[in-house]
Amino acid sequence: MRVIVIGAGEVGSNIAESLAPEHEVVVIDIDGERVESLTYDLDVLALEGDGTSLGTLKEARVKDADMLIASTDNDETNVVACSTAKTISDAFTIARVKKTSLLETWEGSRGAFGVDFMVSVNLLTARAIVSIAGLPGAQDVDTFAGGAVRMAEFEIVEGSPVADQTVQEADRFESLTFAAILRDGEVTIPRGDTVIVEGDQVVVIGSPESVRAFAGELMPDPDVDEAAEVVIVGGGGIGYQTARLFEERGMRPRLIEHDPDRARQLAEELPKTVVLESDATDLEFLSREHVDEADFVVAALDSDEKNLLVSLLAKRVGADRTVAVVETADYVDLFETVGVDVAVNPREVTAEEITRFTREDRTENVALIEDDRAEVLEIEVDGDSVLADATIEESAAEFPEGVVVGAITRRGELITPRGDTVVEVGDHVVLFVDTDVLDEVSPLL
Amino acid sequence: MNRRIDLDVRVDWRASVSLVGTVVKYLSVALLLPLSTALYYGNGIITFGFAILFAVTVGSLLERLDPDPDLGAREGFLMVGLTWLAVALVGAVPYLVAGNGTVAEPANALFESMSGFTTTGATVMGDISFGTHSRALMIWRQQTQWLGGMGIVVLAVAILPELSVGGAQLMDAEAPGPGIEKLTPRIAETARVLWLVYLAFTVVEFVLLYTLHLGGFAPNMTLYNAVAHPLTTMPTGGFSPEARSIEAFSAVVQWVIIPFMVAAGTNFALFWHVIRREPSNLFADNEFRLYAGVMGALSAVVAVILFTGPALGGPGTPVEVAGETESSLRHAAFQVVSIVTTTGYASMDFELWNGPAKYALLFAMFIGGSAGSTGGGIKIIRWLVILKSIRRELFTTVHPEAVRPVRLAGRALDERALRGIYAFTLLYVVLFFVGAFLIAVDASRVGLDITEIEAVTASAATLGNIGPGLGMVGPMGSYLDFPSSSKLLMVGLMWIGRLEIIPVLVLLTSGYWRS
Repeated sequence: MRVIVIGAGEVGSNIAESLAPEHEVVVIDIDGERVESLTYDLDVLALEGDGTSLGTLKEARVKDADMLIASTDNDETNVVACSTAKTISDAFTIARVKKTSLLETWEGSRGAFGVDFMVSVNLLTARAIVSIAGLPGAQDVDTFAGGAVRMAEFEIVEGSPVADQTVQEADRFESLTFAAILRDGEVTIPRGDTVIVEGDQVVVIGSPESVRAFAGELMPDPDVDEAAEVVIVGGGGIGYQTARLFEERGMRPRLIEHDPDRARQLAEELPKTVVLESDATDLEFLSREHVDEADFVVAALDSDEKNLLVSLLAKRVGADRTVAVVETADYVDLFETVGVDVAVNPREVTAEEITRFTREDRTENVALIEDDRAEVLEIEVDGDSVLADATIEESAAEFPEGVVVGAITRRGELITPRGDTVVEVGDHVVLFVDTDVLDEVSPLL
Repeated sequence: MNRRIDLDVRVDWRASVSLVGTVVKYLSVALLLPLSTALYYGNGIITFGFAILFAVTVGSLLERLDPDPDLGAREGFLMVGLTWLAVALVGAVPYLVAGNGTVAEPANALFESMSGFTTTGATVMGDISFGTHSRALMIWRQQTQWLGGMGIVVLAVAILPELSVGGAQLMDAEAPGPGIEKLTPRIAETARVLWLVYLAFTVVEFVLLYTLHLGGFAPNMTLYNAVAHPLTTMPTGGFSPEARSIEAFSAVVQWVIIPFMVAAGTNFALFWHVIRREPSNLFADNEFRLYAGVMGALSAVVAVILFTGPALGGPGTPVEVAGETESSLRHAAFQVVSIVTTTGYASMDFELWNGPAKYALLFAMFIGGSAGSTGGGIKIIRWLVILKSIRRELFTTVHPEAVRPVRLAGRALDERALRGIYAFTLLYVVLFFVGAFLIAVDASRVGLDITEIEAVTASAATLGNIGPGLGMVGPMGSYLDFPSSSKLLMVGLMWIGRLEIIPVLVLLTSGYWRS
């Protein structure tokens, strides 16, 4: 299909890059230099212009477009671009917004602003943080099939109970599949005799219970439950949403905000949250407030550097796990290397959500692994699929190297895939696919 | 995997060479046309059978250097530069194997092949006749120009999926003019569109020429000639299996060829807009208007000179232009268009023209076609930008505080793009003078007596991919008498000229090879 992406920033470029192999992509950006570099870096048509102007949209032939994704760094621009496009085309419009107010308006009245789907960066990031909090040791978590299937990525740290075991030995859980091992940036599909070594990242797919049990195995920490101590640093959009989601789970997070007016506002809006007005880099304050006993610290300030500092300080005083929000995608690995447990990149989370939407209709859910080296997809099996009415073993023979069937749900019930499991039409299948073979696999599904 | 140690080289040359191998391998497919011609006429079968085997073997061997090539920006330049060198070398094989006439000598064979692929049209074929050369070889000589016209690398991008990601940069290095225009989201599709438009023009020209022949208006335009000439008109090449070039055909054929040369020198992206029912884009395009205007004005001037000039007569074929309206108009328009677009066809021996008319053609040699066309030379768009920036220079002399961006079609040009255009044009002129000087020195070294104008036009005609110059290298002459060293220099000039200097020169800098 023809997709128009407005805004060639990190999110826009990321989306364009993941769509380019399969779709006709047109990227619009106001910055000529960015357009120039995109022309040569990606196989897309890059146009210089204002995505909210009719002339530019006509030049991009928005009339023939199936989808328009407005993903500039400015909420209003995105919304206006969508509504302008709606006046001259039937394209499905997606707008990326930060402000919760716009999202609330849109959710209250679907189709407002001519936006068919609104992606809230802050809300998505907060969701990612909260789901990571629910799984100790997980680097990345996604749910599929309406919550019946969960995918998680764990790093195998020194002294981990599964280090130096074979996959067969480590796989002691009912309904859990070891989908992949990432080693030195390479994706390998594990076999029974593959040995897991320290420093590997393991991607598992299975029922939420078995994934949690596996997480407990790796990290015999108390699970994050209602009694857990959560500290959120920074009361911006992401911090606020994160606190709100923790509240919804019946927890009482603490939120540290430096700005007195903002702290007051947060305290009014978050009844179950303890809002503390202070500077989170004040060591004396941290020990006074027993941040050292926190199970989970979220650093969601407005700059990557501050988030790194706060996470490291929290680790230093004794907090169990820290999650830092990192705006710069290139820093994710670096932060995790120097001691932040998990770095969450809002742009990546957003790109993932939008990519989900652009997949063919049958693909319902997508998770990108390690900077798009692999993807986890959920599909509903139809009659044309290679999977339909075949055993896993038979369809595996059809697929290239790099594909693992992780889980199957039938009418909401999880079935653990074994070689002789027969997949029926209508089943939801969660697959792990190496990006290198994605184009080859997509038509088969 | 045995990894040899590269001497501190930061360019993955194996990837580039491997892709060059792929292109060379596919060149064997192009050799099927002369092979089938050889089969049809029963002459030259071994030549082209061997050439195909040679291309496949060499290509496959080069491919094995890197089974999974991954082109970065630097490797792209190397790949484009080497591709043109490699196809010229492989394209010379049929001349060598056939072993007939002057082009059987290695330096001459390479010259003829490079002149073909770069769409120059300068020839070292002593005797252009089917008595000496097989029809298959002559069709190959035409076909090299057709392949080189829209660009070998553009064709590769259109066909090879592995070039889709870096394709834009590769095409940029090869395509004439500053920058490229993506017509569609996918670069491979853009490349295919360009080639299809090019192919369509070629077919239309063939149909017209052959129809004229069947209608009795063009007795010499046999089926063979009707196939052979479109193959060198559309790439602005200029080779002809006829020794007397287009003089061999009737007036109506000459008239028909003029618009096709004009089209060949036009930015092909504009035709895409015409196809998409936005023909206004063609006539609104600044470059096209200047291009048409310059050719119109020059043709008019030359026509007047010819009309009022002395009677001309070539040896054995007197051509009446003085006082003949149609004839002076036709030859003036044909010759001016042929030189400006860098085609290099001749409708008559313009060597016989008087001084002013010849100097008009010398002037035309430095104009060039449009960006994104198959023409060579400096290109209209660069001149347009230079003229505009000179105007700005004059304006800011009077108003030192004025801030005036140079505009093209209403859009302000980036100062960096301007710098690139100045640099290119300056380099072009410098190379032209250096080339002319070296040719003159080399000629006197071997005792070949050439005039200044011959040295100058030989340099201009090879660097600009035009073909014929003046004097000894005039339209009915050839480059045969130059020493081998000069021919190799001209091979270099053609190569550099076709790739527009910078992509080749960058390979000669040490900074390119190290970090």
